[in-house]
Amino acid sequence: MTVLRDDLAIIQQWVKPDSQVLDLGCGEGSLLSYLKRHKNVRGYGLEINPEKITACIANGVNVIEQDLDKGLSNFEDNSIDTVIMTQALQAVQRPDLLLDEMLRIGDEAIVTFPNFGYWRTRFYLLLKGRMPMSETLPYNWYDTPNIHMCTFRDFEMLCREKGIRILNKTVVDDQHKEHWTIRLWPSMLGEIAVYHITRK
Amino acid sequence: MPDVIPDDSVGLVTPQLQHFDQPLTLRSGRVLPQYDLMYETYGSLNADKSNAVLICHALSGDHHAAGYHSMDDKKPGWWDTAIGPGKAIDTNHFFVVALNNLGGCSGSTGPTSINPESGEVYGPDFPIMAVRDWVNSQARLADVLGIQQWAAVVGGSLGGMQVLRWSIQFPERVRHAVVIASAPKLSAQNIAFNEVARQAIAKDPDFHDGWYHKFGTIPKSGLMQARMLGHLTYLSDDAMRQKFGRELKEGKLNYSFAPEFEVESYLHYQGEKFSTRFDANTYMLMTKALDYFDPAADFDNDLVKCLSRSQCDYLVVSFTTDWRFSPARSEEIVNALMHADKNVSYACIESDNGHDAFLLPIPRYMDIFKAYMQRVADGLGVEGKV
Repeated sequence: MTVLRDDLAIIQQWVKPDSQVLDLGCGEGSLLSYLKRHKNVRGYGLEINPEKITACIANGVNVIEQDLDKGLSNFEDNSIDTVIMTQALQAVQRPDLLLDEMLRIGDEAIVTFPNFGYWRTRFYLLLKGRMPMSETLPYNWYDTPNIHMCTFRDFEMLCREKGIRILNKTVVDDQHKEHWTIRLWPSMLGEIAVYHITRK
Repeated sequence: MPDVIPDDSVGLVTPQLQHFDQPLTLRSGRVLPQYDLMYETYGSLNADKSNAVLICHALSGDHHAAGYHSMDDKKPGWWDTAIGPGKAIDTNHFFVVALNNLGGCSGSTGPTSINPESGEVYGPDFPIMAVRDWVNSQARLADVLGIQQWAAVVGGSLGGMQVLRWSIQFPERVRHAVVIASAPKLSAQNIAFNEVARQAIAKDPDFHDGWYHKFGTIPKSGLMQARMLGHLTYLSDDAMRQKFGRELKEGKLNYSFAPEFEVESYLHYQGEKFSTRFDANTYMLMTKALDYFDPAADFDNDLVKCLSRSQCDYLVVSFTTDWRFSPARSEEIVNALMHADKNVSYACIESDNGHDAFLLPIPRYMDIFKAYMQRVADGLGVEGKV
């Protein structure tokens, strides 16, 4: 059995057994495959990358070719227990509208995204005067798919404005590991954020 | 024509004819007292008969889906790109069954067969078939072959409609359904295309209301027009531009109404070829089956309710430039399946080839198809392997 990436290991704790999930940008389907086997979770992954779609099919995961930027109007209100989106929020055209959609369809949502307020990122910009690049953010400013970078604080402000309640949050480093130092000063020391949110 | 049979071909195949004495009551209320089905098989059936895959053909298809009938054949069967050792439908794993549907003109009982009640050719008197009638007859063929449950039922276009019908008509007899370039029902535009094709045939003076065999004629020009219309709806604008552009046959304009552009002579060639091999009454009947198909109609027009009956997993595939059976139509099926809480995967394949793409060996299409069928094969378990 493959070892689950650490951020996915955190996510799976927040998914109820026997529930239904929708995974936006599901990649090769490792999370869905894990949830299916270990928690009897049913669900679908949405993906647009051809190789990843084929990999999902090979992995026995239900995958639907669908562009998140074209909306999720084919899903009914409150039709899914948990809508998950890992490392894709910053890459969609309108993260705010997609968050609304996730909580229209799902009772709960789980999102993960890279923290632009991470200390290394801050120092990169401060010292080099250039758009930060790192292992988590390996792209140049002109070819990056990450078009809407935000910090933890930005995200929480958006949730407050939208009346979205944060049920749980965890921050991890670039190895997707939790560490006691991160808990001390998450907005500075955490590289990837994992939020569990709801409207209820 | 094949000097050597390719390694990934099923090789030389021989069609078989199965006779059925038990009358078949049709959706129209009419009864076929007895009938024959022409079919071919590729690969071998395993001990527990769990590895059978049914291929459902489209409008002008038949039982000859793969391989060659003789070394003189110019071309292999119509879906040779997908069926064979190592191909998407891998005959090393599966026992593949392909048949000619009732009403066809390639050996199964149809308008060119003798009506046992009158002793004469059925002609236009052959009952109009519905997709469910085909599925019922295919189920009887499965019974004869001892196949209780198909590992997968697979088809494109009108074939995909048969797959959908199978999944709700015999839910316990289908493990996987592969629905390619299809639709839950035809649109008004699609029915309109079919009607223009039918009118082209019906208005041909050689058609004689379908009794042309009595007059020793063939409605060749009508069939040709029907096929030409069909062909141009199966191609995309891009595909036609790439294939023909505005190329002239003789390199110059002749200011005449004879075919001058390459695209015109291509259509003439396709129409001509088709009009000599295909039966006009069969064409009329097949297009009617397409028009009538609407499985949700029996479920308050609710496709979700309709598909809720099924027990199988689905793969749905569409092609970007297919405007006859557009991706949006496949997505209707996918959305209904998700609402019905069924296992479904969906891919929309980038292609310039319009509806015809479903018959072509497009790499991404074949990869997905193969990955899915491998999953079907994996599900056979150890004892199920050939």
